[in-house]
Formats: sequence, structure tokens, C-alpha cells
Amino acid sequence: MQHIATLARLQLEESELEDVVDKLSRIVDFVDQLQAAPVGDVLPMAHPLNQSQRLRADVVTEQIDRDAIQANAPVTKDGFYLVPKVID
Amino acid sequence: MNAEGLHVRTLSELARGLERGDFSAVELTEALLERIGLLNERLNAFITVTDGEALAAAAVADEARAAGRSLPLQGLPLVHKDLFCTEGVRTTCGSRMLEHFVSPYDATVVARLRAAGAVMLGKTNMDEFAMGSSNETSYFGPVRNPWDLSRSPGGSSGGTVAAVAARIVPAGTGTDTGGSIRQPAALTGTVGLKPTYGRVSRYGMVAFASSLDQAGTVTRSAEDAALLLGVMAGLDEKDSTSVDHPVPDYLKALSSPLKGLRVGVVRQHFDEGLAPQCAARVREALSVIEEQGATLVEVDLPTIDLSVPTYYVVAPAECSSNLSRFDGVRFGHRAENPSDLLDLYRRSRGEGFGAEVKRRIMTGTYVLSAGYYDAYYLKAQKVRQLITADFRNAFESVDVIAGPTAPTPAFALGEKTVDPITMYLNDIYTIGANLAGLPGISVPCGFADGLPVGLQLVGPHFSEERILQVAHQYQLLTDWHRACPEGFA
Repeated sequence: MQHIATLARLQLEESELEDVVDKLSRIVDFVDQLQAAPVGDVLPMAHPLNQSQRLRADVVTEQIDRDAIQANAPVTKDGFYLVPKVID
Repeated sequence: MNAEGLHVRTLSELARGLERGDFSAVELTEALLERIGLLNERLNAFITVTDGEALAAAAVADEARAAGRSLPLQGLPLVHKDLFCTEGVRTTCGSRMLEHFVSPYDATVVARLRAAGAVMLGKTNMDEFAMGSSNETSYFGPVRNPWDLSRSPGGSSGGTVAAVAARIVPAGTGTDTGGSIRQPAALTGTVGLKPTYGRVSRYGMVAFASSLDQAGTVTRSAEDAALLLGVMAGLDEKDSTSVDHPVPDYLKALSSPLKGLRVGVVRQHFDEGLAPQCAARVREALSVIEEQGATLVEVDLPTIDLSVPTYYVVAPAECSSNLSRFDGVRFGHRAENPSDLLDLYRRSRGEGFGAEVKRRIMTGTYVLSAGYYDAYYLKAQKVRQLITADFRNAFESVDVIAGPTAPTPAFALGEKTVDPITMYLNDIYTIGANLAGLPGISVPCGFADGLPVGLQLVGPHFSEERILQVAHQYQLLTDWHRACPEGFA
């Protein structure tokens, strides 16, 4: 369980763990009924209308205001986002 | 001035009143803001009330009308589910993660409705990141059902439906990933429309499951849903999954009679999972439609029983990917004093997300992880193809499918929070349309022990005209949509 939590970058507290394990087990048991489905050689469906992605020309269509965007950031400096030191 | 009872009128009725000059947009806005102040405490339907912006927009609408200009929604009030980005007004998505997030731009839905003259009164409460069927996962607390304050209004668009049902506002937006418009509409006696996937732009909607999410409307009549959809629908260059398909005149289609219409009744919809009183109300509604000249045809959706487990692989998988953007760095909640970058990510997300969102991210991460991808995710995508084929086959012999929206009327708050599966099964009749990308609408069709019951209509891709027409014709002969919860008249 902690391995999945690490993959998902989620901190799970000890107090949450029992509930998460219990409910996740129920969910996995529930979706396990798919295993018996007779799918044969049907193609997996990635888009509800089975459409492919529409592309556009790779040109600039609008300018964005960095200050307005970064107004939502917890910590910035000189236009950069600040995070804890990554490299010593 | 003929301005009595503005709050009980539909959008279309209000539009006619404004047109005649019976009252002004400012007077209308003031009357409804007063109702929010009076009634919201009982319901907790709003996360943010935008009274200043609303009065300013209403004044602009009045000036425009005085100057002879006319827009389709000029001066008409509505609310937005709090996952549509609104420039300058916070968008929380019902989450601690986004408690203080203020979008620098408008969602396309918001921009189009605004450009058509609509006046936004506020942002409504919802299940956190739209993950829930009861509105109990909101960081801002549950919404209560105006028909019985001890019960849930359904979810995830719980705030919008409660506000519309309580005659606080005539209309609002919602989003529907597995039933999040139609199920709460059924549980509150309102009209909930989920259009075809790609019919309405998703740009500026906080993403949950991108192959399933679709924006729609909550109103008190099918006519109002048609009015709003005409403004919201259409290609948007900013959403590459929005579809380039002509937008018809939805209002014009409403008046066609139902003679000759073939209505599919799904065998699997009337099994033991459906509460007997709900089954009775839905069958009565089917009789009304039949009396209007439609033919009822029994159809089979052989794989539909697998729709809920399929959804609970596909949706969490997409959610775990979409919600990876919340990292405590660029926006959203950030944990205090992180020891390193991994700790920053893990604690920001652990603190910012609630229990249900974490469960879905965990489920999604699991089904996409090495060794499980084929068994779960790929398998679910194949079953999704089968479910879609079931609908396609059914629509070869019928024009529309009609049945229940939800298996039971509104349930008590707290009743389904222990076992996630019982909550998930509330969407058993709605999820199929999301997996197949089909349009669906829920229309009030009576009561079970004083609680509203919904009739669901589902059509082929881009058949919104038809399901709106059936809903409207049904509403011409019934007045369930006029019923008002006690204490909110």
C-alpha cells in the first residue's frame, strides 16, 4: 500500500492507513469482476466517439501574463517557482 | 411592475418578463441574492456568492436592453459549479487543495454564457474534484437536499441542483463524469442534461476523467436546458476534444410531437436493484410518453452490468494522471517546512486532498502500475468498447432509451459513506452514457414517499434535440417539474 502511495506521491498517515486498505480492497474486489468479461479481440476504447486527436498549427495564439499566473503559486522569486534544494 | 414570485419562474419565463419590462435585471438579481442570503445557510449550496459582480453584470444587461441590444440570455441569472474557472473569482473544486485558487481566465462555458448576457450569482458546492455521488466529499461540507434537509441532494453537482430545486436560482451549470448532473437532478426534482462527449468545451473545467467529463445544465424545464445548451455548445479551438458538429436550434425542436417515436426500455434497468416505488413512477412516465403516440420497445444492453466496475477502473486511472498536476509548487496547497522535494509533493497532496480523492488516485495508480495495466486498465477499455457497442445495437431499433436515473430516491447523509461500493452503485443507470459518450437527461417524474424520482432519457451521439423534445413533450403533460419543496416556495 505504501508503495502505491509513493508512486502516487501521497503521504498517508498511520491513522488513515486502515481505512484506505479496507476500502481499496473492496474496490479492487469489485472491479475484479471485469476479469471474467468475454472481450475476445475487441479493440480497447480510448475515446468515447472513437475519434483521433484534432491537431492545430504550431503557432503562438496568445501571450500569457506570468505574474497573473504566478499569483497562485505558494512561493516564487524573480519569476521562478521555489522548491526545497534538490541537488547538494 | 409585475415582479411577484420571480424566484419560482423558469429562465424562459424570466426572459419574457425582462423583455416586456415587467422588472429589470438588477431587480431580479437583487431578489435572488436576497434568497441566497435567506436560504443558503440551510442548504450549504454555495461556496462563493458573487453579489458585487452579479449586480454590476445585471446593470450592464439593463443598459444594453435600454440601448436596444438583445442577447439570448441578457440579464438572466445562473450559478456555476465551482469547477468552472472564473477569472478573478476563486475556483475551489470543493477541495482544500484549491481553497485559495483564483483562475487567471474563464472557462469557455463561463465565457460563452457571460457573452450571451447571463449574470453569475455565485459558485456552487460540489463533491471534491467531482468525485462523489452525495456531495459529502466536499471540503466545504455537504449540501443538504431541500426536499428533506437530513438527506443528500446527490452529487457531484449537489450545490447547483439544491439551489435550483430550492427556487434560489432558475438554472446552473454542472459537470457529469458518471452521472454527476443527472443523478443529483433526479434526487432533487430538477432537470439535468449531460450532452454528448465533445458537444460542449471542457476548456477551463478542472479535469477529473478527461475521456468521460462533460459540461451540462441544471434547470427546472427542458425548455431552459435547450436555451442554455444552444449558447454553450459548439467547437472550441481551446479544447481539442470538442467536436466540430453543427449546433442546431434546440428550442425549435421542442415542439415536435412524439408520434412514431420508438422508445427503448432496457430489460436490465428494472431488476432487483431498483426501488419498487421508483420503478412504478418510471413506468407511469413511460405510459405518458406512450399515450403521446410513441411506441415502447424492449431492448437489451447485455454488458451494462459491467459499466460500474469499468468506470471505476477508467475514471480513477484518468484521475490519477490528471491530478498529478497538484504538486504544491505552481498553485494549490503547499505543506509547511518540507524536508525535501518528495516530502513537499507527498505532504502537500496528503494534506490538500480528502479521503475519497486519495482513494481514487490510489486506485488509478494501482490499475496503471507495472504488472496490472493489462489486467485492469486495458481490460476495462475493452469492456468499454463492448458497452458502447451494446448502445449502438440498441439504437438500431429505437430512437431513444428511457428508464430510471437513480436506483433510489435521495438517501440520508452518512448512509453510504462506510462502503464505497454502495455509493458507486448509485450511478448504475447513468455511467453507461458516459462510457459511450452519449447524451442523457433526467426529468422529474413523480415522488416516492415525498422524495423526487427521475426519468432518464438517453439518445445516440448528438441527439440532444431529440431527448430535449421528449422531455419537453413530457413536461407539457405533467407538472412534476413545478413541484416546490416545502419551506422554499
